[in-house]
Amino acid sequence: MNSILVSVLWGILLMYAGFLTKNKRSISVLAVVGAVAVLSANALEYMGLSFFDIDTKGMLFYNPYSYIFLVVIHASLLLYFLLSGTEVEETAATPSDHYALIFFVASGISIIAGFKSLLMLFLGIEIISIPLYVLAGSDKSNLKSNEAALKYFLMGAFSTGLMLMGIAFLYGDSGTFYLEGINMGATEMSPLKAIGGVLILASMAFKVSAAPFHFWTPDVYDGSPTVFTSFMATIVKSAAFFAFIKLFEGAFGKIQGQWQVLLAVITALTLIVGNITAVFQQSVKRMLSYSSIAQAGFMVMGIFAMNLMAKQGLVLYFAAYSVASIAIFAVLAKLKDHSVDAFNGFAKAHPLVAAVVLICLLSLAGVPLTAGFFAKYYMLVAVLKNGTMYWLPVLAIVCAAVSVYYYFRVIQAMYFKETEAGSVAEIQFSSSFKVIMVVCALLIIGLGIHPDWLMDLL
Amino acid sequence: MYAAFDNFPALLIWLPLVGALLSFFMRSETAAKNVAVLFSLLALGVVGSSLLYVDSKYQALNQVSYVWLPGLESSFAFILDGLTRTLCLLTAVSFPLIFLFIPVGKYKQPHVFYGLMMLTQCGLMGVFMATDALVFYLFWELALIPVYFLSSIWGGEKRIRATFKFFIYTFVGSLFMLIGIIYIYLKTSGSFNLINFYNAALTHQEEGWLFALFFLAFAIKMPLFPFHTWQPDAYEQSPTPVTMVLSGIMVKMGLFGLMRWLIAMLPHGAKAHQTMVVVLAVIGMIYASLIAMRQDNIKRLIAYSSIAHIGLMALGIFTFQQVAVTGVVIQMFTHGVNVVALWMVADLIERQTGTLSMSALGGIAKKAPNLAIFMLVFAFANIALPLTNAFVGEFMIFSGVYAMSPWWAAAAGISIILSAVYTLNMVKNVFYGEAAAAVQGFMDIRPLQSFVFVVLTVLIFFVGVYPGPFLSMIAETVSLIVNKLTGI
Repeated sequence: MNSILVSVLWGILLMYAGFLTKNKRSISVLAVVGAVAVLSANALEYMGLSFFDIDTKGMLFYNPYSYIFLVVIHASLLLYFLLSGTEVEETAATPSDHYALIFFVASGISIIAGFKSLLMLFLGIEIISIPLYVLAGSDKSNLKSNEAALKYFLMGAFSTGLMLMGIAFLYGDSGTFYLEGINMGATEMSPLKAIGGVLILASMAFKVSAAPFHFWTPDVYDGSPTVFTSFMATIVKSAAFFAFIKLFEGAFGKIQGQWQVLLAVITALTLIVGNITAVFQQSVKRMLSYSSIAQAGFMVMGIFAMNLMAKQGLVLYFAAYSVASIAIFAVLAKLKDHSVDAFNGFAKAHPLVAAVVLICLLSLAGVPLTAGFFAKYYMLVAVLKNGTMYWLPVLAIVCAAVSVYYYFRVIQAMYFKETEAGSVAEIQFSSSFKVIMVVCALLIIGLGIHPDWLMDLL
Repeated sequence: MYAAFDNFPALLIWLPLVGALLSFFMRSETAAKNVAVLFSLLALGVVGSSLLYVDSKYQALNQVSYVWLPGLESSFAFILDGLTRTLCLLTAVSFPLIFLFIPVGKYKQPHVFYGLMMLTQCGLMGVFMATDALVFYLFWELALIPVYFLSSIWGGEKRIRATFKFFIYTFVGSLFMLIGIIYIYLKTSGSFNLINFYNAALTHQEEGWLFALFFLAFAIKMPLFPFHTWQPDAYEQSPTPVTMVLSGIMVKMGLFGLMRWLIAMLPHGAKAHQTMVVVLAVIGMIYASLIAMRQDNIKRLIAYSSIAHIGLMALGIFTFQQVAVTGVVIQMFTHGVNVVALWMVADLIERQTGTLSMSALGGIAKKAPNLAIFMLVFAFANIALPLTNAFVGEFMIFSGVYAMSPWWAAAAGISIILSAVYTLNMVKNVFYGEAAAAVQGFMDIRPLQSFVFVVLTVLIFFVGVYPGPFLSMIAETVSLIVNKLTGI
């Protein structure tokens, strides 16, 4: 709970920091310090030092699994600030507001990490969502950004409605908001519980952009300023997934057999739609939007399987996917042109940054010795261990092979194609940026060689 | 992972890896090349000295296991036995020769080139020696990635398309293998060790479709008809040193996989699919030989000839006979040597004339008599004339195939005859007859190239005349594999 407090306080601090200084650089520094503060506050609580003790009536409860999840999230947030700080300054007229919004989202994520009651789930999801609507539309002069915000808001509001409806049905069935209370009782599903479950499933699928609830994703991710797309597609998506698995394990764990078919269909659709559509994209940003749907397909497999392997593997997946995507988005944000051809000759102009992007892309494609391989590996093991529906991992494998196609197009552009004009060479990468990129690469390879460093904590 | 260096397998993994990392940081071409040659020679020395410690009382030297992921019960476990020693020897012999053969100044960014080559060598060694399924998979991919970059950066005009096709094909195959590996892993007591994989509790039906998953990966890698379509383009478009690695060593990964990770692991599945594989292999042999006859480009001719030879080896493995499988192991070594030699000659011709089209070439023998003599030796080895190395392997394979069914032996024999036709035809067109315009000013081979060719020639005749030591080294490992299939 430390991290809730620290993120909220830091958010408020940053809101007012805009009055105190007009220097954008110092605000970014303040945000980085904030990320470190949140990270360490959470780590302290993991080690047993709680700043305060409030009786939440058991609505919030944190275990090591939640803490490690939060560590991954906060570390990603830190990397994100370090890599994309300059873009936040450039994109926003008043970066302090945007940093504040991001910290409010972080507090929502901290609530999500420990919810035991549907009320807290709802609260957390809303605290995450509302600032995102603002962030999506933060490029006010850009029509696409406005469209993204409006679309995201309308669709998001609708899905929130579904979730509330679902919660109401579940409450009507069991008379409680607590997950344990909902999970208790007969293994047979009552009609009320079935309707409630399906409604909540739909709204969660919307939040993680799983097909067939994914239609908002490409437009919103493509329309939003690239820095905020990076934030939405990685950290926020991971949080939504964490809520998803926690909710389904907590509230519907006993009746897994009855909703598994539904999730298998969602997984298959998400994998197919995400991967096939990504193949046809000409813009790297839009390709990454679809790739985020495709990656979500793999993560839904974890929720489908819902065993220990899946739970541990998901956190590894969050780490692998977030670090790789944040690094690629950070480079993409510096490139004003987002087409694949914009990467032509990139390796020659910037060998180090290109190498890191290469490692990130290999990780997203799931090539061994990168974190992405073990992330996918754990998902496959989890599903195979589940013992039913062997077609699902086979489909996932085929889709992973398809994904190689679009990730490698960027690699081919970077390494094997020449650039016409000196457009790529004009981009400047500061040395601190390069250092953080190398850190990302080392994280990916480190987790790819020895995932137990993370898995043993879970 | 904290390796002690008192055993051969660890050295064979570490030496190329260290060589690769060092090459990456070299700034001049000669430095990078020297590092690569040095470390590949060291690896050769290690394999060479391991030949003196074959006996089972030296087991500690030939086997190693470091715990990697305790949670998954996976460890970096490697072994050098008769089968892997042969393949490691092939790898270790080929790389220094290939490095010596590369002319200075041919490839831009040479430090990356040599680094990636050494990384490939590390991957290949790992694939051959691994006795842990996850580690096997890891090195399987590790061998693929650097080759992809080598071919795509330094390859021919249509390289991006051709090598990407190659990459996608093999990557898809290996992903299916991954599913198979995970499935068997869940059926063991929870360990990736080869022994546990051999003892996994699988029903015959499960073995049947697991066979398909593994077979796909290996068949694409070999490549076996009808999974071969990536191969001619990839061979043609890759830079020649990479083509040598691809066709000389890398295709052996597939054959090796068939032996260690397929027929011995899933004997019932292998028995059930025996006819299918035999039919594919024989069709592939004849089909590839027929196409090879129609080729005008020397590189494509060697590529198709390679498919035919691989088909014969796959056929040999699926006879499940001791003699044939032993023959295949010998043949894996000799085919590697022969095909590397052929590519070298082809590369010399291309360097000097700028073409590999047979219709534009002719009469090289007059200008370069020494090269012509070596080429004749290599050509005879390619068609398995007695006293050359390939004869031993092919003879053993055919006696196994004949024992299985004389009809299949007859059908496969057609391809051998065709192989003589197209190989000798190629030699005649390129080296004899009227000197073509393109070969005016053709220079004979230089001392360093002669040295490489002499080494290859010695290997060809040594194995051809005195295969005894090889056979006794291989026999034990092969009988372990074949015995799993007898009595089923």
